[in-house]
Amino acid sequence: MATQTQDASHGASDAAHAAADSAPGMPQLAFETFPNQIFWLLVTLVVIYMILSRVALPRIAAILAERQGTITNDLAAAEDLKAKAVEAEEAYNKALADARAEAQRIAAEARAEIQVGLDEAIAKADAEIAAKAAESEKAIAEIRAGAIESIQAVATDTAGELVTALGGKADAKAVSGAVQTRMKG
Amino acid sequence: MASDAHGAEEGGLVFHPMDQFIVKPLFGDGAVAWYTPTNMTLWLGFAILAVIAVLVLSTSKRAIVPGRGQSVAELAYGFIYKMVEDICGKEGVKFFPYIMTLFMFIVCANFLGMLPTAFTPTSHFAVTAVLALMVFFTVTILGFVLNGTAFLGLFWVASAPLALRPVLAIIELISYFVRPVSHSIRLAGNVMAGHAVIKVFAGFAAIAVISPVSVLAITAMYGLEVLVSFIQAYVFTILTCVYLKDALHPSH
Repeated sequence: MATQTQDASHGASDAAHAAADSAPGMPQLAFETFPNQIFWLLVTLVVIYMILSRVALPRIAAILAERQGTITNDLAAAEDLKAKAVEAEEAYNKALADARAEAQRIAAEARAEIQVGLDEAIAKADAEIAAKAAESEKAIAEIRAGAIESIQAVATDTAGELVTALGGKADAKAVSGAVQTRMKG
Repeated sequence: MASDAHGAEEGGLVFHPMDQFIVKPLFGDGAVAWYTPTNMTLWLGFAILAVIAVLVLSTSKRAIVPGRGQSVAELAYGFIYKMVEDICGKEGVKFFPYIMTLFMFIVCANFLGMLPTAFTPTSHFAVTAVLALMVFFTVTILGFVLNGTAFLGLFWVASAPLALRPVLAIIELISYFVRPVSHSIRLAGNVMAGHAVIKVFAGFAAIAVISPVSVLAITAMYGLEVLVSFIQAYVFTILTCVYLKDALHPSH
């Protein structure tokens, strides 16, 4: 190739002639340009390789890794939040159940308390009623006894009067005995 | 310049579909020495800038939620990374920057070449041959370094009947050495043919009656060529991965 380039560099007219010669055929087969093409191609490839391996590819890999990381983190955070939400719901349900149980307990207690008061009041009332009844009974018995006595006295008096009025002689003892026997029967 | 001279000679319809591929110095008309900055140098430089724009500038924000540019960079990264990993396995991942370089270079050069009046480095056999030979030597040397002589098992098809094996070995050997040829000519041939065809249609556009058809044809070819630009870069890259797999796991 060196000789060719030397030949070509003899003069501008020679070079133009060479270019003109190669033009009708395929410029791809103009071998005198091959060293040039290969040289610049290798320069280009080395430059691109350097740019890619030093800057572009690590950067894109970092971006993709970072995105992957962010997505993973976000998913984990979402999972966390979801767990927290579930926890919160559980806590809420527990609190609700607790409150319900507490309310039931308080209601039962109140009911029991009221029951006790009620029972007491009923017992008291019963006792009072019983006392009153007993008193009344007693009063009634007294009254009844009083009445029987009065009746006996009246009956005895009346019987004595009757006996006297009928012309008999009223024996007080006999009359009262007769009245008593009669009243018993 | 040379093309003007040709136009003057023939007159009328002027077809110089291949002139777009001429490598010429950027400054002056001198000879093309190995160091001369040429139009190819310029467009190789643009390819570098395109790679920087697509992969470096677009990702400068390092956004967690990517913008458009960063999405493209990430897609390109993911696309090639997955390709390397799927075909070559975990061991192939350390060659990812190398393969990514090939892919990004070819795809950027191809797409930049689609700009009107652009020069397309990947339409040159010298360029694609260097790319393909780099892959060929990498695979061959790597194959022997990693596997020793067991790498030759690649040519000895153990699953075939014994009688057929020597024949198959010869075929395999030939196909192995043809790889860089097909690898490079496929890319340069596709790109060159597309550009040349567009140029031919453009030549027909000089005739007023045909020019609407010609413009339509150019449009259609352009669409096809955009597709080819990507597909050829993809094919080149995936074949590189497949060849690399042979070096990493020679028993198929």
